[in-house]
Parts: sequence; structure tokens; C-alpha cells
Amino acid sequence: MTKVQNNRAWLLILPMLVLVAFSAIIPLMTVVNYSVQDVFDANTRFFTGTEWFETMLNDSALQAALLRQFAFSMTILAIEVPLGIGIALLMPKRGWQASAVLILITLPLLIPWNVVGSIWQIFTRGDIGLMGWGIRELGYSYNITRNPVDAWATIILMDVWHWTPLIALLCYSGLRAIPEAYYQAARIDRASRWAVFRYIQLPKLTNVLVIGVLLRFMHSFMIYAEPFVLTGGGPGSSTTFLSQSLTTMAIGQQDLGPSAAFSLIYFLIILLVSWVFYTAIMNMQKDDATGGHRHDA
Amino acid sequence: MAEIMLKALAHTYVSNPQSPADYAIREMTHVWHQGGAYALLGPSGCGKSTLLNIISGLLQPSDGDVVFDSRIVNELPPEERNIAQVFQFPVIYDTMTVFDNLAFPLRNIRTPEAKVRERVAEVADILDLVPLLRRKAKNLTADEKQKVSMGRGLVRDDVSAILFDEPLTVIDPQLKWKLRRKLKEIHERFNITMIYVTHDQLEASTFAEKIAVMYEGQVVQFGTPRELFEKPAHTFVGFFIGSPGMNFLEMTVTESGLSFGKLPIPVDPRLLELAHRSGSNNVKLGIRPEFVEVHEEVGSNTLSVKVEDIQDLGTYSILSFRLNGVSLKARLGEEHAIRGEYAHVRFPEASTHLYIDECRVEVGND
Repeated sequence: MTKVQNNRAWLLILPMLVLVAFSAIIPLMTVVNYSVQDVFDANTRFFTGTEWFETMLNDSALQAALLRQFAFSMTILAIEVPLGIGIALLMPKRGWQASAVLILITLPLLIPWNVVGSIWQIFTRGDIGLMGWGIRELGYSYNITRNPVDAWATIILMDVWHWTPLIALLCYSGLRAIPEAYYQAARIDRASRWAVFRYIQLPKLTNVLVIGVLLRFMHSFMIYAEPFVLTGGGPGSSTTFLSQSLTTMAIGQQDLGPSAAFSLIYFLIILLVSWVFYTAIMNMQKDDATGGHRHDA
Repeated sequence: MAEIMLKALAHTYVSNPQSPADYAIREMTHVWHQGGAYALLGPSGCGKSTLLNIISGLLQPSDGDVVFDSRIVNELPPEERNIAQVFQFPVIYDTMTVFDNLAFPLRNIRTPEAKVRERVAEVADILDLVPLLRRKAKNLTADEKQKVSMGRGLVRDDVSAILFDEPLTVIDPQLKWKLRRKLKEIHERFNITMIYVTHDQLEASTFAEKIAVMYEGQVVQFGTPRELFEKPAHTFVGFFIGSPGMNFLEMTVTESGLSFGKLPIPVDPRLLELAHRSGSNNVKLGIRPEFVEVHEEVGSNTLSVKVEDIQDLGTYSILSFRLNGVSLKARLGEEHAIRGEYAHVRFPEASTHLYIDECRVEVGND
């Protein structure tokens, strides 16, 4: 068989190329376009090079928002991942109880973001909100519009309530996929409950956890509607996260150049963190250098 | 070290069993002697894995007792039974190295680390795992993984029996014989009772000294591979062991004797007596294809049969022929050729067996 040389076959990928162009490349290039120019009106514009990027990186308000953003994402990951695993381990394995618990657990995931914000906004009010009223009755002067600590704790609690079910569901499916023989072998090997978790369940959950952590990181790093509705970014700017800063700048102040530069930085940070995280996890699963695959085979 | 006895054991997955068919294991009493190499052979769904899980303690029998050295262990969980089990699919601890995998059962019972190292080295040596000890178990091939899971059973020196549940299913054919030989070697070296579940008669007969053939939740015969071949105690054994399986001729019992259709079959009068006494009309004559004598010429007591097909299998061939409308088979040696449409067959009496209600009957001193 001789190989047929026919470059017209490249045309076959054209539809895909067009689709990707409209869904990703063109919007992204528009942003790039704005980020390197200062646009006054349809006819007046100046090329600014990396100026907007430098301004953005040196902006102390944005730096603070970025730090806040990282603090938020890491905090909710640190709570939601172990909690999700724990819930998945406790969920019933079969029967109607399993279905009932699955539905109950999934409910928060079905609520739209700004509705979650509204629910919690009302829930935490000191006068008519059950939680706000309850905490005040216990003697603590809880107030998310005055006290930054209260605001933070509430936003974190809200996110944990909204998104831990996702981790729990992923882990539950991962746990169900472990063949019974593993548990049987562990019993015969006299493994403790902890050893079963550490050496069978956790390793088998690695893949779903990678997906779960990546999703949760990206999601939480882009969080907007929930804190916006609940606290409006306050008190002060204590709960103003990156996307809210960006919206204020782009929509509120119409600063297209700086916000475009900021968007790109924002995007690259998410990309970078996700990549580092993914690579680190994947490397953990490889053989250590002392026994590479080829060496002793 | 233990002798494993199953005493009036039965098991059902149904909460309210009505008939014997509801039982995965029908009532049986069986002894596995200390140090024996046994196989549990049977088709899928005959209850052999259930039986194995009852012995290891993963399942509680619904009736009867499991006795280890005259101690009833029904209530004991697997971890207290000093038993190791190797599963169909290799079970290894992914994130651990091969060394840690082998050390795991010892570390779980807080064995001193020096002793752990000594035992692991010994077992790794037997299983040819020494070069792999520092590798992550996850990256091994299927046969290496299966050796690791076997090794975990061997490291504990309190293990009195190892149970294998079709352990070679996922192993490449060319590696199977190697692993099987390894198993035999281990058996000879340690004085461990081994019970090996399989549906492959070749695997069973190369591994085991004695084979228990299971059929519909019952052990229908327990014997050496040779006994299973020469004297199948049950028609199922005749059919399941051997390739092709045993020929069966359905007999009609009359006052004067047995006949196959219109063909009278000469039979020991004492056997005829048994057939009469049983009152059953399920009487069969069985003969293995290997024992059917085939001649080209008419001889004494031969029957002429029509040749249907001859299948050449290299070193031997299988002759299919028709007798009274029933298709039967005979195995022919390499040099033995049958030309022509008809052959003359004889069923030597020493190799024919009589089955009443599917079970072999015999009379003394034959």
C-alpha cells in the first residue's frame, strides 16, 4: 500500500476550526486587542504595549483582591474536599436510602448562583433570617454588613453548603467503582479501617478528586454572583473578589484597556494553577526514580 | 496448619428457601486434609466461589458448620481464620511498592520491622519478585500483580490454607503454565493446604492431587484426575471432564436385560438387578470416546455404525458416528485411519459404566 498524498483532506477540519474560532479564538483575540491599546472612540486609539499589564500588576487594590481570592479558594478546598470524602464514605451503599440521600445531597447543586446568594442573604439577616436571628439569640452580635470576619465566615459556609455535594457525589461514584474483592482482600490482610481508607479508597479516588479539585478551584476562583448578592463585596472591600473588581472596572467604569489586560492575567493565573496542580498529581502516581520502568525489566 | 471440614454445610441466598434449587450450596460434608493440593472444578454458577467464600469467612453459611481442626469457625471473620485468598482479578495496593504490598499483612499485625524484611525477602525470592521490590505495584503486569497478591498470602507464617479463586483468568496463556508451576513449587515447599477454584479441567488436573467436581451446588465427585477420567461418578463428571465428554446411551430396562433402542446390551446380572430394584427409568450407559474400540473390519461383538465426520486434531482425531439415531464420538490415534462410510465399534465392558439417575452404580470386586 502506498500512502496517498492529498492535502485537500485538511479541508475536513475546517468546520471544527470555524467553530473553535467563534467559541474561543475570536473572543480571546478581541480581549488581547483591547489590552494593548488605549481606545477613546471609534477613530482614536493609541498602542500602549504592556502598559496596562504593568498598571494592573502594580494596582494595590487588585493585589489585595488576588490575595483574598487565593485565600478564599484554598479555604473552601481545604474544607470541601475532606468533608466531601467524609460524606461519600458515610452515604448508604444501596437500597432506597441510597437514592434518598443522593437526591437530598444533590439539591444545593441545582440552585442558581444568585438565588443561593439571595437565600443566604435572607437567611443571615438578624431580624427575619433564621440563622442571623439564631446566632444573635445565642449572644453573639452577628452582622455580615459590619463585621468582615462574619462576612467571610458566611461566604465560606455558603460555598461549602453549595458545592461540597459535588465533591461528595464524585467521591461516591468513585467509591462505588471499587471492586468488592479489594475490601475482601483487605479483611484477609487484617487491614484496619484507616488502612483500608488510606491504601484502597483514597488511591482509587485520586482520579475523581483531581477532577473535583480542579473544578472547584476554577469555579471558586471565578466566584461572582453569590458574594455579590450576599455582601456586595463588603464590608469595605473585605469580600471583594477578583471577578467583582473586574466587573466594576469593565462595566462600571468602562476602562476597557485595563480590564482586558486584567482579564488576561486572571485567565493565565487560573490556567497556571490548574496546570501546576494537575502535573503535580500526575507525577505523584509515577514510579520514583529508584525503580523506573525500564531499569529492572 | 489445619484440616478444613465442612459439616452438613448448606448455603442459600434466598431468605425462605422452598426447594433444593434455592440453595447455592446443597447440604454437603467434606474434608480438606492438611497440606493437600485441591481443586474445586465446575461450570460458572455451580457454587464453587460461594463455597470458597464460606471457607474464608467472607460469607456465613446458612446451615451447617465450617470446622478448622475440630474448632467451629462459623462466627469468625476472615481476619481471624488464618487463611489467605487470591482473587480472580489481582488485588494490589496501588500506591505502595511491591515491598510494602508484601509487608502489608505483617505490618497490620505489628510484626517487628526486621522480621518483616526477612519474610518479604524470602517470599519475593520464591516468587521471583526480588528485582521488582522497589517498584510501585500499580505499574506491574497482570501476572506480576497476581504474584504479589499471592505473596501477601504467603508472608504470614500463621497461614494454614490458601484459597485461589480462578487466579489465572487475566493471565496470558504462555505465562499461565509458569505461574501454575510456581504454585506447585510453593505447595511442595510449604506445607500449606491449597484450594484452587477453576472451571478449566486442565488447570485443575495439573495443579491438584484431588479434584472436587461441583455441579448445581453439590460436590458430585471427589477424586484424583485419573479417577475422574476413568470412573466418573456422575454423568456430569463424564460430560465435563475430557474433551470431548463421555458418550451416554439411554437404556431401556426390560425383564430380561438392558437395551439401547432395539439393540440388546449385555450387562452384569448384578447391575441389572440394581437397575430393576431402583425402579428408575433414567438408566444410562456411559463410555469415554478414548475407550471406544473402532475397527475397519467386522470383529466379535462389534456393531456397524455410520461414520458422520472425522475431525483431525493433529495428534489424534475424533470420529463422530451414529448409532440408533444418537450421535457418539470415538477418539482415534494418529496412525488409526478409517476409510469408508461404515466403521465397526465395540464398547469394552471394563470401560463402560452404568448410571442410574445420573449416578454411577457398581458392584463389588470388579
